[in-house]
Amino acid sequence: MQWDIVIGLEIHVQLATQTKIFSGSSTAFGAEPNTQASAVDLAMPGTLPVPNEQAFRYAVMFGLATNAEIGRRSVFERKNYFYPDLPKGYQTTQLDKPIVGPGYVDIDLADGSSKRVRIHHAHLEEDAGKSLHEDYHGMTGIDLNRAGTPLIEVVTEPDMNSAEEAVAFAKKLHSLVTSLGICDGDMSQGSMRFDVNISLKPKGSDTLGTRTETKNLNSFRFMEQAIAHEVERQMDILEDGGSITQETRLYNGDRDESRSMRSKEEANDYRYFPCPDLLPVEIDDAFIEDARARLPELPDARRARFKEQYGLNDYDAGILSADAKLATFFEETVAHGKDAKLAANWIQGEFSARLNAEEKSVAESPITGAQLGDLVVRIADNTLSSSGAKKVFEALWTGENDNVDAIIEAKGLKQVSDTGALEAMVDEVLAGMPDQVAQYQGEEDPKKRKKMLGGFMGPLMKASKGQGNPKLFNEILVRKLGG
Amino acid sequence: MHNKSVAELSRELESGKMSSVELTQQFLDRLKSEDGKYNSFITVSDEQALAEARAADEMRAAGKATVWTGVPFAHKDIFCTSGVRTSCGSKMLDNFVPPYDATVTAKFKQAGAVCLGKTNMDEFAMGSSNESSFYGPVTNPWGLANGDKRVPGGSSGGSAAAVAARLVPAATGTDTGGSIRQPAALCGITGLKPTYGRVSRYGMIAFASSLDQGGPMARTAEDAALMLNVMAGHDPKDSTCIDRDVPDYTATLNEPLKGLKIGLPKEYFSDQLSPAMEEQVRNAIREYEKLGATVKEVSLPNAKLAIAAYYVIAPAEASANLSRFDGARYGYRCEQPKDLMDMYTRTRAEGFGNEVKRRILVGTYALSAGYFDAYYLKAQKVRRLIQQDFINAFKEVDILMSPVTPSPAFIQGEKTTDPVSMYLEDVFTIAINLAGIPAMSVPAGFVDGLPVGLQMIGDYFSEARLLNAAHQFQQVTDWHQREPK
Repeated sequence: MQWDIVIGLEIHVQLATQTKIFSGSSTAFGAEPNTQASAVDLAMPGTLPVPNEQAFRYAVMFGLATNAEIGRRSVFERKNYFYPDLPKGYQTTQLDKPIVGPGYVDIDLADGSSKRVRIHHAHLEEDAGKSLHEDYHGMTGIDLNRAGTPLIEVVTEPDMNSAEEAVAFAKKLHSLVTSLGICDGDMSQGSMRFDVNISLKPKGSDTLGTRTETKNLNSFRFMEQAIAHEVERQMDILEDGGSITQETRLYNGDRDESRSMRSKEEANDYRYFPCPDLLPVEIDDAFIEDARARLPELPDARRARFKEQYGLNDYDAGILSADAKLATFFEETVAHGKDAKLAANWIQGEFSARLNAEEKSVAESPITGAQLGDLVVRIADNTLSSSGAKKVFEALWTGENDNVDAIIEAKGLKQVSDTGALEAMVDEVLAGMPDQVAQYQGEEDPKKRKKMLGGFMGPLMKASKGQGNPKLFNEILVRKLGG
Repeated sequence: MHNKSVAELSRELESGKMSSVELTQQFLDRLKSEDGKYNSFITVSDEQALAEARAADEMRAAGKATVWTGVPFAHKDIFCTSGVRTSCGSKMLDNFVPPYDATVTAKFKQAGAVCLGKTNMDEFAMGSSNESSFYGPVTNPWGLANGDKRVPGGSSGGSAAAVAARLVPAATGTDTGGSIRQPAALCGITGLKPTYGRVSRYGMIAFASSLDQGGPMARTAEDAALMLNVMAGHDPKDSTCIDRDVPDYTATLNEPLKGLKIGLPKEYFSDQLSPAMEEQVRNAIREYEKLGATVKEVSLPNAKLAIAAYYVIAPAEASANLSRFDGARYGYRCEQPKDLMDMYTRTRAEGFGNEVKRRILVGTYALSAGYFDAYYLKAQKVRRLIQQDFINAFKEVDILMSPVTPSPAFIQGEKTTDPVSMYLEDVFTIAINLAGIPAMSVPAGFVDGLPVGLQMIGDYFSEARLLNAAHQFQQVTDWHQREPK
């Protein structure tokens, strides 16, 4: 049987506020356990929450950027359950009256089409702490540094029909929140976490099948794998005549396995009710207009501008505009390097490959856009060959030296572009290879001739100690060998 | 000295006739010799008290004294006190020493007041008789002469008994459904529950967040005004605490009452009220007429629903507020937990008393899927109706007057097996918390040698008016000066 895949996402986005949503503790990642947990975060008796205005501002900015209605009166509720990393015994979250109402995001697909994914709502809530099960000899350690970090949970409609679409949406959302500056986007630190709701239905059917929820996926790759895995699992069950159990599942990306965490019957009764310690928050026009005025250029607008301003093609503009930090890096490179196309190629090529290889983000790059721009200048003006450029890049990356021209000088990478000197070298090399010259000149097929030309380049580069401009060598060769 | 009011003690200190250290020592000595009869304190913090007294004497020497500088008082053991155990009357917090002060605590410290210790209370402020305390019941100083051990009321029963017994001139209390006014009435002292949001709740251990309010308990309205001057005001740490100017509550105490319009809610003079109590309350109201007030009957048609609504809303909030007592971070933890669930269940089974468990169960039930609309939402609707009743009444009159309790202090143990009869103790006080308005209990006579309280209910933020009315009454009566034998 043919199946339609139906996917909805719930995405937890950590907001990049300086302090927590209901206390003045820092939200910085990586501190010693429990050093960023105040009396409020520890839920000490008598302590009370005070809302962080910046979290509301960020949520409203998100709403404006996703074409959403803003909840003019949002209410915090208590979601009650016991867990050691949930200090109050309830999570303060929003339910019926979220800060961001229905909206949408348009995603671009590989075939060039675009698709609208509707957002049901996005609400503000506090993150829980962390339970640490290792290193405590059968006991559990609790780190409450993360407890109270502000989150928005974005809930989509079940509008996606493939892993590709879900990942495209996730990447678009990542691009949006990092461009807005409301999330650092660092998925390795849990800044964005995805829950995926998946169901299958017979192709063309209007009735949705029973869904499962796979929780806490923290990379695009795991998300893609988890969807593929779950679709296959459900398909196997359905094609064997079985039925899907509504349940929450955990996916292990390292093993490509999933297991049931709890079924619908085991689900908690969270006993939501409005938090009496927090008054309803009224958002007025002035607050919304202030948030609107703070909106930076968003990815779609930036993409259009990159095409217009730098003459990039749609593909390059799309890649370079999606990530705010990468876009900024690109513009810094162009500001110094002038040649936008060359800058784009280097950023998508050598630079991105190196970041990926070392699992670094753009922010962690050891080289600056200005340095890469200087490198681009020296490629464009023929000072560097492509192999020389790679050597300069390497030296910049490893921190051997931070100045492009100094590296070229020190390593003797400057190309020889003096035509007279190059001609003399060509004459000398050709004189030493009479058989090959004769063979070349006897060949009729232009393709084969072109290939044979390459045979002279090796000795020429050797003769010039690698510094001869290969483009010029080529021109001279063709001329001297008679076409 | 122990019979003097806060205002009088302040003048003694100001005159230089005695130091705060001497005064504090006298009160501490008396507290230790007398409190065995009442059990009104959970913790006496002598060392901190004497240190505060020395600091107060220095403050005075430096010319920086306030009215409160050097004056002894006590906190209900629900207000967090940095470095001094704060138990909330529970085994759960028997070992809990907070590293921070409640805002109310900090304000009294700033004023230079000397806290002698922490007063007994019903566990987590849940009770009307002070019998649910982990530290044992408090005995009302009234009735002891006849050999009767009567309840002081609750939940601020320790504060009320301590003030009535002259162990301290004043003490803080909290009132969620009557927990300041009812013990004040049963112990013959003056108590005020302010408007919700007038006094910060930060550091005041939560029972029912939308109802809890701290307030003064003293022998005179003037002392209550002096306390409220310290306690009231905006606190950025409590988002339900209202940012509104705080008047000097003593400035208007002497305003004449001529023309004051008093309303008597007919629902509060029902057959639940004993005839002897009613007579005392009506006598008090006649005093007000002599002072120039006019009296008319008004109606609070939804008041009869208050207890039912309250016993949904308050336990619902409490069920969540008390979830943090899980044995993980502070307070009681059961011995040798097998696993997480065992730690939770035994910690809470062993750490909480029966009344607290009863309310957690009721509240959890009311919030459960399938019951939420019928209980919690319905109760919130009733709450708005009750609030509207009061708003309507205050279109006609300035102050409402009623009894505080249906009957005077009862014998310990009399109602402990019948929770509903205990809950009915608060039949005249609970609606006020649901509406969020201020109300006072003022000593207004005796029945069988036991004090009777007059309840005065005001519109939002009318504390100054209530204190003025109470003070004027206390100028022409001496019920508040009577001392238990």
